[in-house]
Amino acid sequence: MNNNLDPMNIKNDFPIFKRTINGYPLIYLDNAATTQKPQSVIDSLSSYYRNSNANVFRGVHTLSIEATDLYDLARQKVQKFINAKNFQEIIYTRNTSESINLVAYSWALKNLTKGDKMFISPFEHHSNLVPWQQICRKVGAQLLYIPLDDSGAIDCDKFSSLIDQNTKLISVTHMSNVLGEISPIKDLTELAHRFGALIMIDGAQSVPHMPIDVQEMNCDFLAFSSHKMLGPTGIGVLYAKKEILEIMDPFLFGGDMISEVTYEDAKWNDLPYKFEAGTPNIADAIATGTAIDYLQNIGMEKVFDHEINLVSYALEKFSSLENIDILGSQDPSLKGGVISFNHKFIHPHDLGTALDRFGIAIRTGHHCAMPLIRSFGLVAASRASFYIYNDNEDIDKLIDSISDIEDYFINE
Amino acid sequence: MNEFSELDEMYREVILDHYHSPRNNKSLDNPTKEIESNNPFCGDEIKLQVKIQDGIVTEIGLSGRGCAISQASASLMGEALLKNNINDSLKLYKDFRELLTGNLPEDQMDDLGDLIALEGVKKFPIRVKCALLSWSAFNDLIEV
Ligand SMILES: Cc1ncc(COP(=O)(O)O)c(C=O)c1O
Repeated sequence: MNNNLDPMNIKNDFPIFKRTINGYPLIYLDNAATTQKPQSVIDSLSSYYRNSNANVFRGVHTLSIEATDLYDLARQKVQKFINAKNFQEIIYTRNTSESINLVAYSWALKNLTKGDKMFISPFEHHSNLVPWQQICRKVGAQLLYIPLDDSGAIDCDKFSSLIDQNTKLISVTHMSNVLGEISPIKDLTELAHRFGALIMIDGAQSVPHMPIDVQEMNCDFLAFSSHKMLGPTGIGVLYAKKEILEIMDPFLFGGDMISEVTYEDAKWNDLPYKFEAGTPNIADAIATGTAIDYLQNIGMEKVFDHEINLVSYALEKFSSLENIDILGSQDPSLKGGVISFNHKFIHPHDLGTALDRFGIAIRTGHHCAMPLIRSFGLVAASRASFYIYNDNEDIDKLIDSISDIEDYFINE
Repeated sequence: MNEFSELDEMYREVILDHYHSPRNNKSLDNPTKEIESNNPFCGDEIKLQVKIQDGIVTEIGLSGRGCAISQASASLMGEALLKNNINDSLKLYKDFRELLTGNLPEDQMDDLGDLIALEGVKKFPIRVKCALLSWSAFNDLIEV
């Protein structure tokens, strides 16, 4: 058996690669924003609506039972995918942002008080920054930043002298959506727990790209989005340890999240339903299960290895372009499949518009991490991010096109 | 190459020229009014200073950073504003905006002068904001 995954074969499973962009085959390098969807995921959505559509948990009729079974089965797939101990630990949300907000409002608002501290890293996505600014302001807690070493990586030694008994929470990205750097989750988790703090991991960029085992990581919360791992938009996951979820209050109130209601009061439903008010996103949950099937069929080790190979290749290729600066580490062993870069003379938006003429999709702008981009003295940057269907040829085309565009903008 | 000929419609020679050598790229000591404006989506930034005498813009200072379209448009705007009556310039802004976002009648295009070079941006709707950044800053500067 071949040990590497085969991007060409994989591309065939994704109908979007049959279309052209401005007359060119699509080269999609904006996977950190969202990924493309395989036929199986698209089929899963339409099959659900064609064959099994009904509301869940409330009927005794065939369709409702079938929909409920499919919905629960999908949750089991998520549970296995991240190796959670319990089915009850998987909460569906709309996306990573909502998962983080759930923890912010249901846990942090109640458990942080005046004088408490919480830490995040300086390279968080706005999703893992703005909610904490709001909560800390509300309760009078301090929002502090985990220090970095000279290379720009998280410095656990320095951090260990800052964290103390008043620290209640650390929330940190597993992999930066701008720099691609992978955080030392194990050390941070040990530190947090040593001081009695909880740790939340923003897994938006890690869960889709590498093997994840929450029991081994021992994190207290993990958030991620289905749309960044081949699944549909509009559905995300919050994993949390059962004993923590049990003492947390619900985030949203309404139908499905109660077990008993009187005119005066209500009792909360069991986990995980306590946190899922109203008719859930049934179709997208089921299709998330199908996306997980697709990824597991490949194997997450292979997915990760493939991306590391791509990043190494891309970094080498980029080094032939003298006007390009890479943001963050250039050591592929510290990085996932994300490279942000800046051209000394061409603004990211001009570059992005020009690359689009060649069918190449990259991200340009502040990448929802304004403070980080500013810390590089920039207002915007370009980003190429990879996934299973990308290959070295995509990178060659990116680099060649950037050279052509340089000639166009600079040597006029 | 075909993809560059499409780009040429947006990045006309005049535009690249203004991008590479922006006009009125300086800071004024005693501006009558000044404004800083940015486009958070792109990160384009512009600073506009004007000296005004009897309703006429007598001096202009421009600086900023951003994409070719935003910076060239600012430079072209500076030339259009200089030595002109503010009310005429506001009218020019409305026509220019109409050119990029609506349908400016042919017979009014002549009044736009060099600004017509930016007409190609219309084909790239996501970039219209870049072309209008400096002009809406000017509008805000005068309206307040
Ligand atoms: C690291 C990280 N965190 C959070 C998010 C937010 O994800 P979503 O928009 O799906 O809520 C993203 C998405 O770009 C991300 O990259």
